[in-house]
Amino acid sequence: MEAVELEKTFEPKIVGFLCKWCSYAGADLAGTSRMKYPPNLNAMRVNCSGRIDPSFVLRALASGADGVLIAGCHPGDCHYTNGNLKTLRRFRLLQRMLDQFGIERERVRLEWISASEGEKYARVVRGMTEGIRSLGPLNWKTTMEVVA
Amino acid sequence: MTKPKIAFNWASSCGGCEIAIFELGAKIIDLANKVDIVFWPAVMDYKYSDLEAMPEKSIDVSFFNGAIQNSENEHLAHLLRAKSKLLVAFGSCANLGGIPSLANTSNRDQIFANSYKETPTTENPEKTFPQSKVQKNEGELTLPEFYNTVKTLDQVVDVDYYVPGCPPVGEQVSKVISQFVEGELPPKGAVLGASEKSLCHECKRVRTDRKISKIVRSYQIIPDSQKCLLEQGIICMGPATRGGCGSICLDANMPCRGCYGPLSKASDQGAKMLSALSSMFDADSEEDIQRLADSVPDPLGTFYRFGLAGSLMRRTKQ
Repeated sequence: MEAVELEKTFEPKIVGFLCKWCSYAGADLAGTSRMKYPPNLNAMRVNCSGRIDPSFVLRALASGADGVLIAGCHPGDCHYTNGNLKTLRRFRLLQRMLDQFGIERERVRLEWISASEGEKYARVVRGMTEGIRSLGPLNWKTTMEVVA
Repeated sequence: MTKPKIAFNWASSCGGCEIAIFELGAKIIDLANKVDIVFWPAVMDYKYSDLEAMPEKSIDVSFFNGAIQNSENEHLAHLLRAKSKLLVAFGSCANLGGIPSLANTSNRDQIFANSYKETPTTENPEKTFPQSKVQKNEGELTLPEFYNTVKTLDQVVDVDYYVPGCPPVGEQVSKVISQFVEGELPPKGAVLGASEKSLCHECKRVRTDRKISKIVRSYQIIPDSQKCLLEQGIICMGPATRGGCGSICLDANMPCRGCYGPLSKASDQGAKMLSALSSMFDADSEEDIQRLADSVPDPLGTFYRFGLAGSLMRRTKQ
């Protein structure tokens, strides 16, 4: 009975781009501290959140992700001085363009998570998973095929 | 030696690509001597039945301009693919969807409502909308079916070569056509008549600090004709756009609007332009960054002006 119930609930697929110096270490801390958070986010390590090209976010969404998290060091803490500021500049404009595409703001988020903030990482993943679960699947492939 | 057989066709487009062929000027007479034009509905009288009657693969090369927005466009794409040895996506619309694919921010019902009801100059008291079939005393009348989503040519059929531009510039058209006539062709899938470097690479304007502190639209200022337009606050698509057009818009002191499309190695022109533009924002605080981002007019329509259908996202959600 329980298995059937589980199949019915929608499990969001979230792609996470985490910077190596802060947020990925924060995610590691959440894990080694045995904090509980949902397994819906697939974390990908990048050297700096400034490496995240907007096309990575679009490709993730177009290929079936329900949400994308970009996480980097707090402003002022960037290992490369100001990579995270570059991320912020891109992200604010990207948000406006995603609004035009009809993608809810809850689905694509930018968070500052330091290496000591394992708890924040777990909270962000929990919040995003629940938020996207209530929005439902994005199903961009279906959106693209509305031909007739 | 028999002359190569060539066809031209237009689908959902403005006709500018046909004019681009006429930019050959007097050379068009040389062209007519070298090739056999077997199908060109914009210029000569042909019926689709003439095309249907041709044997498979009997046309050497077909130049197809225009996007796929209705069932007639799609039918012609399949038909020309079957009848041609080589099929070329000619111009921005066939390559990436072009201006018509901005319709992908809308859908058929909204477009019909706007065109046949809401525009101030429209008088339509009987609420007549285009139908794909209608029964009359004389029999059934049909119109092509209008699609919700505009597609690029290669989203519908296999394409051999791509010639970008809205329209492709005359000089490049002449080079491309002679490439086909001489049979000097790169591997399948190549982009012809354009450069492999961005427009900035061939732009003669001077760049200094690569910073933007205020976004302006081209009607608001008279830009300095020697300096980079982006640095003057005008959104110029140069960094995210393939060169090869001869930077004609920039020579007229107007910004590049991106018609040559993304470079071969870039996955998405709009995302690349968004990245290039926002990276130039001269702002460090949250508020200043937000203010600059909010001042960009219509990001989607600006960054995907010529290529929404061919982009990663292809359309907006309805």
